[in-house]
Amino acid sequence: MAGLELLSDEGYRVDGRRAGELRKVRARMGVFAQADGSAYLEQGNTKALAVVYGPHEMRGSRSKALHDRALVNCQYSMATFSTGERKRRPHGDRKSSEMTLHLKQTFEAAILTQLYPRSQIDIYVQILQADGGNYCACVNAATLATIDAGIPMRDYVCACSAGFIEDTPLADLNYVEEAAGGPQVALALLPKSDQIALLEMNSRLHEDHLEQVMEAASKACKDVYAVLDQVVRDHVHEVTTLLGE
Amino acid sequence: MASVVLSEAEKVYVVHGVQEDLRVDGRGCEDYRCIEVETDVVSNTSGSARVKLGHTDILVGVKAEMGTPKLENPNEGYLEFFVDCSANATPEFEGRGGEELATEIVNTLYRIFSSESTIDVKSLCINPREHCWVLYVDVLLLECGGNLFDAISIAVKAALFNTRIPKVRVLEDEEGSKEIELSDDPYDCIRLNVDNVPCIITLSKIGCRHVVDATLQEEACSLASLLLSVTSRGTFTCMKKLGNGSLDPESIFEMMETGKRVGKTLHASLQKILDKEESLGTTRQKVGFLG
Repeated sequence: MAGLELLSDEGYRVDGRRAGELRKVRARMGVFAQADGSAYLEQGNTKALAVVYGPHEMRGSRSKALHDRALVNCQYSMATFSTGERKRRPHGDRKSSEMTLHLKQTFEAAILTQLYPRSQIDIYVQILQADGGNYCACVNAATLATIDAGIPMRDYVCACSAGFIEDTPLADLNYVEEAAGGPQVALALLPKSDQIALLEMNSRLHEDHLEQVMEAASKACKDVYAVLDQVVRDHVHEVTTLLGE
Repeated sequence: MASVVLSEAEKVYVVHGVQEDLRVDGRGCEDYRCIEVETDVVSNTSGSARVKLGHTDILVGVKAEMGTPKLENPNEGYLEFFVDCSANATPEFEGRGGEELATEIVNTLYRIFSSESTIDVKSLCINPREHCWVLYVDVLLLECGGNLFDAISIAVKAALFNTRIPKVRVLEDEEGSKEIELSDDPYDCIRLNVDNVPCIITLSKIGCRHVVDATLQEEACSLASLLLSVTSRGTFTCMKKLGNGSLDPESIFEMMETGKRVGKTLHASLQKILDKEESLGTTRQKVGFLG
């Protein structure tokens, strides 16, 4: 992109961050009372809302039930006003369907589904405002919602994106950096065991640089983990105080 | 909507309470639950508002986009409504499950805004027959805890109040070709006059009395309800009966009287809140979903 310097000579990005710096992550668990678990997460200007229902009996056709584990059912949608230009449909388009599949794959890897055979867990995420890193914000919000619902998981799932601009790996890309069209890696990590739940890469990147970028992404995921863990601890502390324990 | 199943005894309890003007949550028949309104919650919209009424949670975003005026009204802009019953509210809305309810709400919104006096659509016209502003009013249902219509109408009014449309000028050169120029100052914008935008008041008939702002439990006990859209001056712009029971004409008049009274107070307090929030300007701490 001409005229726009994504990384200044001094090492600052368009929004003033350093290369490995995350955007401000703020989150809250237990936003809604009716759902089994819910969470709201802001990652910079990207805002995501996740709701979890379940584990409950299979809804609709029982033929989809798995005899040895729970079915993880996801839906990704974006509010029609979330993007710069208005979207016509909140979900059901190709991009959302792909995201739905990715979420499903991520959470099947993390949730201990074998504990709930023949049942179903619903995870619904909604992007309220999009400013890059939508998938990552969704995963992080859904992790908090799943914890809020009390569903056992192997580990937190933390997701973060990373890009590669001017020979420097950048963590947690915003919309402007995403739109520049450089290589982009989205990584969902189980931070304690360093297991990868989902990995996706767009565009071209030289093999030699891949390790650096992966390194940056997993470092960012671990930073996200620290924030999420703090949110969960604060929430639990608040709830137990309210209960008077 | 989270479905509620009430036993006979519970229903009797609710109905008897309503008869004594003391509802399950301690309210009287004409009392609303506490309403939380916050505007300007989504920064990439022209205007937005979030309304929380008990467990009902609504987010409305208004986007102004340039379009061409409709052939029948060449010098007017127009409003487009869209309702998304997201699966967040209840798993039944997953996929296309919420479309039926969404269509019903959209049609109601179109009807209450159909009156010419509600919004000055002429001010949305930029260039007759060629360019006008189209306001896309997108309603997102996040949680349903009864009294959906009222909450949505409040949120729509608040979001329209918050809407800022950039000022544009039409420049014409010698050859007659027109060019639209956007004002350089981002604060130079048009605001909408929402004084005549109505709010919906739903009155549910429970036993022989009627209540405003019914919760899910109360909705389960009510056979029929009357949806009224009332302006701040107390005039009705639309009326609709909902539910599978029937209402006798006398009670409809009673309900209209109540609706008028409650509607006026609702408008007054909403306007007060919106003005107060407006006066805080940029110093206001945005709470959004974090509070």
